[in-house]
Amino acid sequence: MIRLTSITRTFHMGDQAVYALNNIDLRIESGEYVSIMGPSGSGKSTLLNIIGLLDKPDSGTYELDNRLITDWTEIEQAQIRREKIGFVFQTFHLIPRLTAAENIELPLILSGIPAEQRQIRVTQALQAFELLSRAHHRPAELSGGQRQRVAIARATIMQPSVILADEPTGNLDHKIGTEVMVLLENLHHSGTTLIVVTHDRELGARAHRQIGMRDGKILTDHRNDIL
Amino acid sequence: MTFSDTLQTSLKTVISYRMRSLLIILAIALGVAAVIMLTALGNGARNYVINQFSSIGTNLLVVLPGRAETSGSFLGAVLGQTPRDLTLKDAQLIGRLPQVRRYAPLNVGAAELSAANRLREVTVLGGTANLIPIRHMKLAQGSFLTHGTERAAHIVLGAKIAREFFPHSLAIGQRVRLSGNRFLVSGVLAAQGESMGFNTDEIVIIPIDYAQTMFNTTSLFRILVEANHHSDIESAKQAILETLRQSHEGENDTTVITQDAVLSTFDRILHALTLAVTGIAAISLIVAGILVMNVMLVAVTQRTAEIGLLKAIGATSMDIRRLFFAEALWLSLIGALLGFLLGEFGSLLLRLAYPQLPAWAPVWASFAGIGVALITGILASLFPASKAARLDAVQALSKK
Repeated sequence: MIRLTSITRTFHMGDQAVYALNNIDLRIESGEYVSIMGPSGSGKSTLLNIIGLLDKPDSGTYELDNRLITDWTEIEQAQIRREKIGFVFQTFHLIPRLTAAENIELPLILSGIPAEQRQIRVTQALQAFELLSRAHHRPAELSGGQRQRVAIARATIMQPSVILADEPTGNLDHKIGTEVMVLLENLHHSGTTLIVVTHDRELGARAHRQIGMRDGKILTDHRNDIL
Repeated sequence: MTFSDTLQTSLKTVISYRMRSLLIILAIALGVAAVIMLTALGNGARNYVINQFSSIGTNLLVVLPGRAETSGSFLGAVLGQTPRDLTLKDAQLIGRLPQVRRYAPLNVGAAELSAANRLREVTVLGGTANLIPIRHMKLAQGSFLTHGTERAAHIVLGAKIAREFFPHSLAIGQRVRLSGNRFLVSGVLAAQGESMGFNTDEIVIIPIDYAQTMFNTTSLFRILVEANHHSDIESAKQAILETLRQSHEGENDTTVITQDAVLSTFDRILHALTLAVTGIAAISLIVAGILVMNVMLVAVTQRTAEIGLLKAIGATSMDIRRLFFAEALWLSLIGALLGFLLGEFGSLLLRLAYPQLPAWAPVWASFAGIGVALITGILASLFPASKAARLDAVQALSKK
């Protein structure tokens, strides 16, 4: 469960303070599938970064699974990111000099999991995302869809409870993008909370709950009744 | 992130940036190799000089006429007197001193040697039987002024001279003429080559009485003295000076040079020289350290997005810091070890090219070279590593 209370985040542009998030209250239950939509500059990415503990709010509180984590230390927050949160980015953010398998392995290395166990889990992930034949290819040798599959495999290898996807299909064509969304939705079906930031209406409409943002505020919060 | 995973991951990074890593490793390796080779060279030169000095004798003192230092109290100069010469009597007095094992008076001159229709100019040493052992010369054949032949007109030929004059026959027993005087060849020196700029292969040795007559002099060129023990050298020097002062009516008009003093002077000079060139080589290591810092700073900029990603998937600032630190450590370590091998190999080549130069790097130089390389590499990586660790995750991720 994610619970944000009175979250405010301002950026300073010159001598002007810009509200990226203005007094946001939001509660997302475990296992929900949420899309956050809005024009650029509406604060949707900042909201995602704060949920993912990459950014700190200027004020307000953040509870994750009933624990107040706004005041936690950098090391504790890194541990939460490692164990509970998986990120999927528009630009994939794969490390170019590492192979697909090595990219997927990274979170396991950061968690200090022994090499033999890492091998088993990476192989399982490669299998699950149909990447076995691409295991030893570098990102430059992979197609866009394959790259995003590697990124999703990396985001899920630690079996996080929350997947945060920032425009996951932004760099993919419609067909591949839909395939990627199906993959993410499959994760949601197995119980993971899925939060997708997008400005694509069609994509956003797939989520069971759609949040509309503008100028750092939540404008609409709409639930699909047909589940 | 575990320690060994940090090391492995950073090693992988080093390997994947092949060209960059190779160049920086080369820079460090050349610095370390320079330190090792230059100390090897300096040390080799030092040992070469020590060997050369030791080869001319053991516990050697050399007495020469005249005073090496000027003094206002020496009235002789004002009165037009020259310093007194060293004489055979002086040599005999020195020989009676308890600290002295043996001594050899020496005269040197040049004369024409002729035999078997050949003629050439040679350097003539006038000496006694002791000259050969004191001066560490060796006879290949025959003898020189052994018991019962002290007054005989015998001559010892240098190895090259003997070969030139008697290429096909035995030199011993042959008769030669030196400045018109007839001598019987009683011995031939073993070939020793040049030492201290003096080639014993191209000299001849005759008894000192004959030499003094031939050169029409009663004074000696030098007196070579061998002390009993290394510890006797200083007291022998004082005793010799005192004996000669008494013999020369109270005038300090002789100089005694000890092999030891000359040796330690050369030793000090060459040691200082070695340190100086090592210092210059060490500067190249500092330069390599700055290169490491530059390369690591570029790496942080290049990999900003990657650092952001690592933070997003749960790396702590400490993990990032350690990764960059370990990367610099690998570069310095590989560079230092490669430099060590390169330096030792270079020293080996030096020794092969100049066999008389014992170019061995002292152990401290190898350790210092590797140590300085590691320390500069580590120091140079501290700033880039902390810069990487401090990067803001969101901003880093938005970098392309």
